[in-house]
Amino acid sequence: MKASQDLWKKLLQGKIAEPLASEIDAFENEIELRKLGKIDEKVFAETRLRRGAYGQRYDNGQRHDGTESRKLPFADKPTKGPGTVWDAPGMLRIKVPFGGLNPAQIEVMAELADEYSDGIAHITTRQDFQLHFIHIENTPAIMRRLGAVGITSREACGNAVRNVTGCPYAGVCACETFDITPYARAAMLFLLGHPDAQEFGRKFKPAFSGCADQACGLAYMHDIGYIAATQQGARGFKVVVGGGLGAVPRQARVLSEFIPLEEFLPVTQAVCRIYARHGEKKNRNQARIKFLVDKWGIDKFREEVFAERAKLKPDPRWTEYLEAALKEGETALRPGADLPATPANASENLRHWLKSNVKPQRQKGYYTATVALPLGDITAEQLRQFADIARRYTKGTIRTTVEQNFILRWVSGADILAVYEALHAADLSGAGANNILDIVACPGTDTCKLGISSSRGLAGELRTRLATKSFQMDQAIQNLHIKISGCFNSCSQHGVADLGFYGSSRTVNGIKVPHFQVVVGGQWDNNGGAYGLPIVAVPTKRIPDAIERITGFYLQEKQKAENFHSFIKRVGKAPIRKLLDPLVENLPTPDVEPGLYTDWGDPRSYSIGDIGIGECSGEVVSRFQFESTAAERMVFEAGLYLEKGDAQQAGEQAYKAMLRGAKALVQMQYDDVGNDPAEIVAEFTERFHDSGLFADPSVGAAKFATYFFDAHAAAGTGKKFTADLAHQQITEAQLFIDAVHSCYNRLRSAAPAKA
Amino acid sequence: MELQHLIAKFFTVGDSKLDPAQVVNLMHRWVAKQSMPEMLVDVAELLHVPKGPGVIAVGNDADYALDHTDGRWGVLYRRKSTLAGTNADRVVQALRSAAAAAQLIEDEFKGQITVSRHDFELIVNDRALAPNTPATFAAAKADLEAGVKAFLGHADFKLEAQGGDPRRRFAVSVKSAK
Ligand code: HEM
Ligand code: SF4
Repeated sequence: MKASQDLWKKLLQGKIAEPLASEIDAFENEIELRKLGKIDEKVFAETRLRRGAYGQRYDNGQRHDGTESRKLPFADKPTKGPGTVWDAPGMLRIKVPFGGLNPAQIEVMAELADEYSDGIAHITTRQDFQLHFIHIENTPAIMRRLGAVGITSREACGNAVRNVTGCPYAGVCACETFDITPYARAAMLFLLGHPDAQEFGRKFKPAFSGCADQACGLAYMHDIGYIAATQQGARGFKVVVGGGLGAVPRQARVLSEFIPLEEFLPVTQAVCRIYARHGEKKNRNQARIKFLVDKWGIDKFREEVFAERAKLKPDPRWTEYLEAALKEGETALRPGADLPATPANASENLRHWLKSNVKPQRQKGYYTATVALPLGDITAEQLRQFADIARRYTKGTIRTTVEQNFILRWVSGADILAVYEALHAADLSGAGANNILDIVACPGTDTCKLGISSSRGLAGELRTRLATKSFQMDQAIQNLHIKISGCFNSCSQHGVADLGFYGSSRTVNGIKVPHFQVVVGGQWDNNGGAYGLPIVAVPTKRIPDAIERITGFYLQEKQKAENFHSFIKRVGKAPIRKLLDPLVENLPTPDVEPGLYTDWGDPRSYSIGDIGIGECSGEVVSRFQFESTAAERMVFEAGLYLEKGDAQQAGEQAYKAMLRGAKALVQMQYDDVGNDPAEIVAEFTERFHDSGLFADPSVGAAKFATYFFDAHAAAGTGKKFTADLAHQQITEAQLFIDAVHSCYNRLRSAAPAKA
Repeated sequence: MELQHLIAKFFTVGDSKLDPAQVVNLMHRWVAKQSMPEMLVDVAELLHVPKGPGVIAVGNDADYALDHTDGRWGVLYRRKSTLAGTNADRVVQALRSAAAAAQLIEDEFKGQITVSRHDFELIVNDRALAPNTPATFAAAKADLEAGVKAFLGHADFKLEAQGGDPRRRFAVSVKSAK
């Protein structure tokens, strides 16, 4: 752990909004408890995942060095989760709702990349940031530093509502129906930590799109997608559900052609409740919402959702967030102007950059400039320079994109050349945004536990090869999208690329060789309108050749302005397969071509021995487990207060821990119990005490329940805690919570939960 | 003041003929053989990023790198976990570790790369402990000098705060004639 952990806590006291500040304190305590072995490893795994702290390759303590798999000599400590070594570096995913960022946030990202990571911040395929090689014990300080600038990593991973993505051109795009930004923000605020979104069997990914036919929002490949629509002049969304990539891709189905604005949050809430209640929990491979929609059919799913909607208690937040969100809008820093003529002495790069990276906004005189990042990576120093540029020429209006780039919005045409020069000075003026050079890759074997082939290695190699020639290529080829995943899980979104690749391994001449499946037929436009299919697995070292063959064939055979997707639809996959077959047949032995048997950028002989168990599906942890773990943590915190000499806080915290424990039990029978202590006590009394369910003579539970009732009775009376009284209350709280656990265990073994 | 999480970086001399990608292989050997005092976990190759962190042998307590930050190649040691001892001890530890890595790289790629032991920088990789201000320099200078002196074996060197952008980490440059 860094020496400054506590210092940051002090420095940032009062600078982090609630409830985030308390949640981070709680997480810090959970880390301590796990170190003491007092939290179950599965619960801790899901807890950290829901805080954005993900596993990384080799965190099972094994590494293949090309010859054999060796144990890495980590210190012997409790795990971070099943089979996950405590000290092993991990990844932290940081949520960036709809990709919106300001310069101050970017500067903090730079600091964190410097101080806790490898000097690099990485933009993901869902507009998030990732930092790699992070020690779990440093995550609270990182979270506080992010929290102080309004960023959270909460629910960035785990079985939760993931980042709400949105079209990065929202608000400035000429073809959008309306700006989705305020609604994406409202959905993010509404869903973050929402009690109805805590018991999913898997992750849940929302996306917003401003129009139906462009790609930017990719609504159809999300668990829930919102496409801006109007009806008789009123705004609303076409809502689609059950889309997703992964090993079993699905196009989302239409839940409703039009949901008015004031209804989109309640309907979303109803979808969450239906998914939490009826979604698969045991078999993770069937647990995404798409499988529930498959099982029921969209008509029954729709019926259930709207029936649930009708039952919801009205929530002022359905519209509060909307009103608040509408107030925030972006404006320009400088007066708009048309683009100047390209200077006669302009470099070739500038000419390409103007063509590929600059787009006019809907607002006359303003442009967006895309900062194309190699493999989504940027250094800390570049982040600072970019923050300066964003401040100097705009009001700091920045978005991240699913192509792993930045977009700077609201640049006046008069400033475009100056912005280019400034970006150029920061090595950020790469041209070719969103074209064949702008290759998207998942983390792959670099850091992902599930990686089979090196997606980033291949992407880097292709970039190098294409850099010199991409702009000489036919425009049709320049327009192609390449996306590369390290395995079938599709984290690069290869299924909607023109040319998609995913890692697989094959045995050649008796030896394992890294391969990529070549996927064609995907459609990027129409919000990810079609998914491609694999044609053949080609050795990774032959993929550049495969691309040349496919693009050559396309150029030769395409009809006039036929795009690649239409071309593949017309000619079919068979001729592509025929083109690629020679790359797969009669492969040379290792003595002839040793390089074939290694992966890009990795000198070790190839092996699949490092593939571990991914954490993409998280751990299915019931709400009871979370709530009772929270109660345990709170008793522990009460002890910490007492240690610091604050008996009053200690006694009060011990009481709150009991409340939390009681609530955990009540929720087994009654989902919607609130946080009002009187309500919790009343429900607990009726459902568990008076019914006799809680009384277990073998653990003296009846007595422990009176501890809880007594503490509650005293709570409102201004009871003063001495150290002794606080000590007693902590002991009693622990006994009560232990009894809560045994009650839960008895009930669970007797009958399924929930009345 | 407490100085922890030090980075020491020795700059290369002249034009290095070494293709930095070559170092990937060497570092994989370090990991396989656990050649360094600190446990190493993996190699991160980040050469696609201009003026970036280059190639890193990543560990839990420390990283070793052939680094290109600020556009200057050098061999770098980054202390991640805390160390006991005095501030000066920790300066010496970082410098000796970076020097040891530099030696291994020079030995492996004879004639292709030369790393100076007299032109280097020290960074405190923690903005809470050491914000990039003149006050930090005033408070840390004596300890930094004591550490550098112990490492070089003489006091004939110039140690200067890099100053500059307050958003950067606190860093000093050291130059000595011998
Ligand atoms: C079975 C396990 C996994 C499945 C099914 C899966 C699937 C996916 C899919 C389909 C996407 C992308 C696109 C989207 O929905 O927009 C995605 C995003 C991503 N995945 Fe995975 N993934 C898995 C595990 C992992 C692992 C182990 C890693 C390694 C670190 C990883 C890294 C990523 C990243 C970096 C993104 C973009 C993330 C974001 O910002 O939310 N995934 N994943
Ligand atoms: S596609 Fe596979 S290799 Fe790539 S990040 Fe996802 S799970 Fe890992």
